[in-house]
Amino acid sequence: MSVRIYVPGDSAACSVGADDVAARIVELAEAGGVTVEVIRNGSRGMLWLEPFVEVQTAAGRVGYGPVASGDVAELIEAGLFDGRPHALGHGLVDQIPWLARQQRVSFARVGLADPLDLDEYRRLGGLVGLGRALAKPAAEVADDVLASGLRGRGGAGFPAGIKWRTVQEAPGEVKYVCCNADEGDSGTFADRMLMEGDPFTLLEGMAIAGTAVGASIGLIYVRSEYPSAIRTLRTAVDIARIDGWLGDDVMGSGRAFDVRIVEGAGSYVCGEETAMLESLEGKRGMVRPKPPIPALEGLFGKPTLVHNVLTLSAVPQILADGPAAYQALGVDRSRGTQVFQLAGNIARGGIVELAFGVSLRELVEDFGGGTYSGRPVRAVQVGGPLGAYLPDSALDVSMDYEALLAANSMLGHGGVVVFDDTVDMAAQARFAMEFCAVESCGKCTPCRIGSTRGVEVIDKITAGIDPERNLVLLEELCETMTDGSLCAMGGLTPLPVRSAVAHFGEDFHRSANGQPRQ
Amino acid sequence: MAYGELGGDALTGKATSGQSAATAEAALLESLPPEERLILPCLQHIQRGLGYISDSAVNVVAEFLNVSRAEVIGVLTYYHDLRRTPPPAVVVGVCVAEACQAAGVRSLIEQIEHDFGVTLGAGTGLGAIEFAKAYCLGNCALGPAVMVNGRLVGRCDIGRVRAAVVNAQVVPR
Repeated sequence: MSVRIYVPGDSAACSVGADDVAARIVELAEAGGVTVEVIRNGSRGMLWLEPFVEVQTAAGRVGYGPVASGDVAELIEAGLFDGRPHALGHGLVDQIPWLARQQRVSFARVGLADPLDLDEYRRLGGLVGLGRALAKPAAEVADDVLASGLRGRGGAGFPAGIKWRTVQEAPGEVKYVCCNADEGDSGTFADRMLMEGDPFTLLEGMAIAGTAVGASIGLIYVRSEYPSAIRTLRTAVDIARIDGWLGDDVMGSGRAFDVRIVEGAGSYVCGEETAMLESLEGKRGMVRPKPPIPALEGLFGKPTLVHNVLTLSAVPQILADGPAAYQALGVDRSRGTQVFQLAGNIARGGIVELAFGVSLRELVEDFGGGTYSGRPVRAVQVGGPLGAYLPDSALDVSMDYEALLAANSMLGHGGVVVFDDTVDMAAQARFAMEFCAVESCGKCTPCRIGSTRGVEVIDKITAGIDPERNLVLLEELCETMTDGSLCAMGGLTPLPVRSAVAHFGEDFHRSANGQPRQ
Repeated sequence: MAYGELGGDALTGKATSGQSAATAEAALLESLPPEERLILPCLQHIQRGLGYISDSAVNVVAEFLNVSRAEVIGVLTYYHDLRRTPPPAVVVGVCVAEACQAAGVRSLIEQIEHDFGVTLGAGTGLGAIEFAKAYCLGNCALGPAVMVNGRLVGRCDIGRVRAAVVNAQVVPR
C-alpha cells in the first residue's frame, strides 16, 4: 500500500528547501521499495517549521519540521512512513496548540490538500457558498455580506456589503470585479499564501461577488513578485472553466462570470485601489482623486467592485454557513476573523487567523514566541510600511480596527513585524520616508516632495544639526503630508515616523557615530 | 530622459534604425489578445519575449496602439520591473523592506556589496550579476529574503546567497 506524504509547494516553504526534501523522500522511498504519494500542499502557516512534512496515518496526519533534505534518510530510518516519533516530530498536526488555538475561516483549507485538486476542494466544503448564492436573489447575497459585518481587509476597513449594494444598484450594462492582490506591505504574505495554497476559494468568492453585483468579468491584479501565485491562479482558472463554474454559464445558472489574471510590474502604490485601476488600464499607476468612487466609476469608467484577496476569500464561507456564524466572531464593529501575519525578527512566524480582539501581546509573545534572535522585543510595526511602530508598553492593545486607531495605529493588512533591541528607530523612520520617495506616484506634492524633504530632515536630526528645530520641522512636514496627500501613501507615511519619534525619541538624539548626545 | 537616447526621430516618432528588432517586437504584439492591447501589457509582453524593451520597441508600441511615444515612455519609466537594457545572466532582488531589516538584511547587504563588488541597485557587478533592491518578496517570516532569477530564497546569509547565485549560473532561466 502507498504512503501519503505532504510537502508544501508554497514558495516560502520552497525558499528553505521544500523541493529538495520532496525529491529526497521520493528517491529514498523508491530505493527502499516503498510506494509513496507525495502531495505538494499549501503551507499550514507555521513558517518556522518549514519545510513541514506530514504523513497520513490511521490516527491522522503526523508532522515533522523543519526538515532539511539531509534529515530525510534518518527520518525514514526512524519510521517516518508510519508517523513514528522523532526529534523533529510534532505529533498529530491538528493537535499542535499553535494551530488548534486558531479560528480559521479564510485559511480553513490552506495546507490541507493539493491546491489545484478540485475534488479535494469540494470534499472540504468548497463551492457550497457559490451554490447557495446562485440559488437566491442577488440583493439577498449582498444583504448576507452586509449582515456578516465583513469589512475590507486591504486596510481601509470599509463595510463590504455597502460596496456590493452600490455596485449592484449602479446603472450600466458592463461592470467589473477587481481583486487587489498587489500585496506590497512588508510583513504581509497572507494573500500570497492563500493564492498559492487555496486559489479556488478566491475564485469562488469572486464568482459570488460577480454574479451578485452583475459583473461578468473579474480581474485579479497580482504583483510580479509572486510568480508562483500567478502560475497557480492561472491553472486554477482553467480548471474552474472546464468544470463549469467560471465562464458563460456559472454552475448552470445562466449567468456569466470569468476571471483574468493580470500581472503587476513593480509599483507599491498600485496597491492603492485607484492606482491599481489605472495600472489595469495599462497606464502609469497614478492615484485618482475620489470622488468618483470606483463602485460607480472604476475600471474604464464602469462600476467596479474592488476588494482585497482576503475580503473576497471570506465570502464563500459567509454564504455557506450564513452571515450569523461569521458575525458571531469578533468584537464591536470588527466582525469575523483577521488573518494576522507574524513577521520580521520572530521565533515562530507565520499565519495566525483569529477573531478580532486578540491582543498584540498574545500574538507576539504567545504565538510568536518573542524574537528569533532571542533578544528583547523593542518595537513592533503593525499594518505594513505605513503602520505605526509600537513599544513594548503598548502591546496590550486589542487587534481590531477601532482600538488600533485609538492607539494612533492601524490594522492595515494585518502584518505584524517584530524588531529586537538592536533596531535604530531613527533609521526606520528615515526608511519610511525613503520608501515613500521611491514609490510615490508623484501626483500630489505633499507625498512627492514631502518624502524627500523628510529624508533630508531626519538626516539632519541624526547628524546633530539643530535637532530640536528640525524635529519641529519634521512634525510640521508630517502634518502637511497627513492632511494634504491624495492617498494613503503620503497620508500615512507620517504614521511610522511620528510613532518612532513619540515612542523612541532617544534614537533621534544620537550623534552621527551612534553615541547618545549629551 | 533625452530624446536622443531613444534612437528615433524625436518629432515623427519613426524608428531610424533597428528595423529587424522592430519586426520581432511587432510580431510579438500581433499575438496579443484584444484585452491586452494596452500600453503596460504590450511592454510586459515584449520584455517577456526579448528580455528588455529596446528604444525601437517604444516606437513599435506607440505605432501599434496609436498613442504618442511620450505615453509609452511614461509607462516604461514608471514601473520598476520594466528594463531598457538586456538583462544579465543572473538578477538578484534583495528585499530591503522592514521585515527583512528586522531579520538583519542591513548587514547582509554590506556583505553582498563587499563580496560581489557591487552597490545594491546600481547596475551589474562581477560576472554580470545584477543586485537590485526589492520591496517585499512576501517571505517576511523567513527573512532576509532574496529572489534569484525568479526563485525565492529565505533565511539568507551570505553563504546561501552565494550558493543561489552559483546555482542560477548553471541552471538556465
